[in-house]
Amino acid sequence: MNRLGRRRFLKGTVATAGVAAAGFPHIWIKDSSFAYAASGKVKVGVLFSLTGTTAIVEESLHKATIMAIEEINDAGGINGMQIEAVVEDPASDPATFAEKARKLVLGDKCVSVFGSYTSASRKAVLPVFEKRKNLYFYPTLYEGRECSKNVVYTGAVPNQQQDDFVPWLVEKFGKRWYLIGSNYIYPKEENNYCKKLLASLGAEVVNEEYVPLGHSEFSSVINKFRSEKPDVIFSTVVGDSVVALHRQYRAAGLDPDTMPMASLTTSENEVAAMGPDAAAGHFTSAPYFMVWDSPENQNFVEAYRKRWGGDKVTHFVSEPSYFQMYLFKQAVEKLAPGDINPANIREAIKGEEMVAPQGRVRIEPENLHTYLWPKIGQCQSDGQFQILKQTSEWLEPLPYKAYPNQVCKESGLKET
Amino acid sequence: METFLAQIITGLSIGSILLLVALGLAIIYGTTGVINLAHGEFVMLGAYSAWALQTFLGLGLIESLVLIFLITAAFGWVIEKVVIRHLYRRPLDTILATWGIGVMAQQAIRLSAGGELRYVEMPSALGSSVSVLGVETSAFRIFILLFTAALFGVTWYLMYRTSVGMKLRAITQDREVASCFGINSQRTYSLTFAYGTGLAGLAGALVSPLKSVSPEMGTTYVVDAFMVVVLGGVDSLVGTVVSAAILGELTGFLAFLSNDTIAKALVLLTIVILIRFRPQGLFAARTRT
Repeated sequence: MNRLGRRRFLKGTVATAGVAAAGFPHIWIKDSSFAYAASGKVKVGVLFSLTGTTAIVEESLHKATIMAIEEINDAGGINGMQIEAVVEDPASDPATFAEKARKLVLGDKCVSVFGSYTSASRKAVLPVFEKRKNLYFYPTLYEGRECSKNVVYTGAVPNQQQDDFVPWLVEKFGKRWYLIGSNYIYPKEENNYCKKLLASLGAEVVNEEYVPLGHSEFSSVINKFRSEKPDVIFSTVVGDSVVALHRQYRAAGLDPDTMPMASLTTSENEVAAMGPDAAAGHFTSAPYFMVWDSPENQNFVEAYRKRWGGDKVTHFVSEPSYFQMYLFKQAVEKLAPGDINPANIREAIKGEEMVAPQGRVRIEPENLHTYLWPKIGQCQSDGQFQILKQTSEWLEPLPYKAYPNQVCKESGLKET
Repeated sequence: METFLAQIITGLSIGSILLLVALGLAIIYGTTGVINLAHGEFVMLGAYSAWALQTFLGLGLIESLVLIFLITAAFGWVIEKVVIRHLYRRPLDTILATWGIGVMAQQAIRLSAGGELRYVEMPSALGSSVSVLGVETSAFRIFILLFTAALFGVTWYLMYRTSVGMKLRAITQDREVASCFGINSQRTYSLTFAYGTGLAGLAGALVSPLKSVSPEMGTTYVVDAFMVVVLGGVDSLVGTVVSAAILGELTGFLAFLSNDTIAKALVLLTIVILIRFRPQGLFAARTRT
């Protein structure tokens, strides 16, 4: 482009911007003035990996999300507006997550995006949502210690999975604990919190170790189990490593009755892959199990299997993927069509409640995490969990509980 | 002492799995010179064959081993006919071609069998543990150890005591001269490639009850296999065995003394250092180049 050409081009751009400014008077004030629902549709992004290593789990989150959108649309949409899903496949790669998130927010002008399973992918998209003041719905249990105004967290944080679980295990099995996790931020933060709980209970950590992500050879670890003889093996191993760990534990002839594995990451999904015989007898703490007896869960499981296949399982990440879409719907419903934008949805979703398959959940207004119903399940030989205990009331999300001098407030992270 | 013994056995078990996975690669890489990056996917196809035979035909793992070998070997044979044979004179291009085959195999499995982890049942007779020299060990791991030893024996016999093996060794030393003596190198290469692929398939089937089965499972195995083959010396079968044993014991002991993350890093470091001083591997056979 020569100089003249460029000048002409610039002129043209200014003219276009002027017209746009005249058409939408608030365009210079805030990003939020863009008419998100102008087409009579509510456009949302769906950002779960359908290929790559974590597609194994994320596919089920994608399916639960799509099913919720279809249900809402079939029932008349949000105030008569249909939800339009823009699906992107970030291929299990954090950089691609960020790129696709940018595309959904800027290119497709989605009013919110639903996605991510790993913390790495969430951290990768975070700058996009914070810079563009958009809203991200994250369904996975995670390590806490995050305070973003632009993310709604519907999965459990450490205090919700551990506060009941750890004391219960100490009482039932004993005080010598072996902590094993995959080598990244989530297991380290969970173990950090676990060690605090154990210290307060007078229990001891006999070993704490981390294996590489995707690791599948646990024979040396199992030898250490044998020589240390811990009372409880606290596992935050993730992905296909969970399957290898359980199968090799079982093949080595160790006994879950005397040395159970207590996991925060083993769901029905992983159990199906490792086989019920390898999973039976071990414990998991989570707000949701597929066997949970409630009318809402019955509907959810039935609908899911009808939509995606009779052998499919629902689990503690696919359930939040499902109910968070309904929370989104409730928030948008409160807004006039012209007011639909990410900032208003965030304000509207604060304190929003609904009866999810796991029980009544509520978005905590200050930190945008979710009140949940932690349960302790023991895996049975049929591949389902038996629920042994549920918290007596919903549990408040405290993403900074392991860091007593920090707290997540509406205005952001506060040091005290 | 018992822990020490347990660690020795563990190291042997890890080593046997490494050898099992690497044997097919050693044959293909060592004789044809094809850098087969799809080796991991051949392992994966073996695991999926085991899963399919079990799920759809109700066959147990042990009964299906022969079938799995034949299925994956047939697949390898076709790949050799269609793609690899055109690239023997361009060894660097085989990297790209086999990489592409690997990606396609992964996606084909994802589309046909689905992306979720699959379950392959462990033979019930081998599901428990046995006592070896006073050490409780998984019976299935012992089975893998013995099976790998047998496979190695068969492979060694094929290579050094049969006419196909002799021809193959002749071609490996000098393809042109071997052809002048009337050896059909095309046919021998096809058979070798198919055999190596079949071995990879068996490896996949045998590790599937201990580990997990997913379309991406091959990527870790191909790295392990290359480590073993490169360390052992490219065309030395004995070197492959020794290198698998060294790596197995080293990984086992380091993981026991520290953890698996450190062990992995130290093992890689060791290999780098060894390769620095012995680029041809520990047991390089002398060949004319």
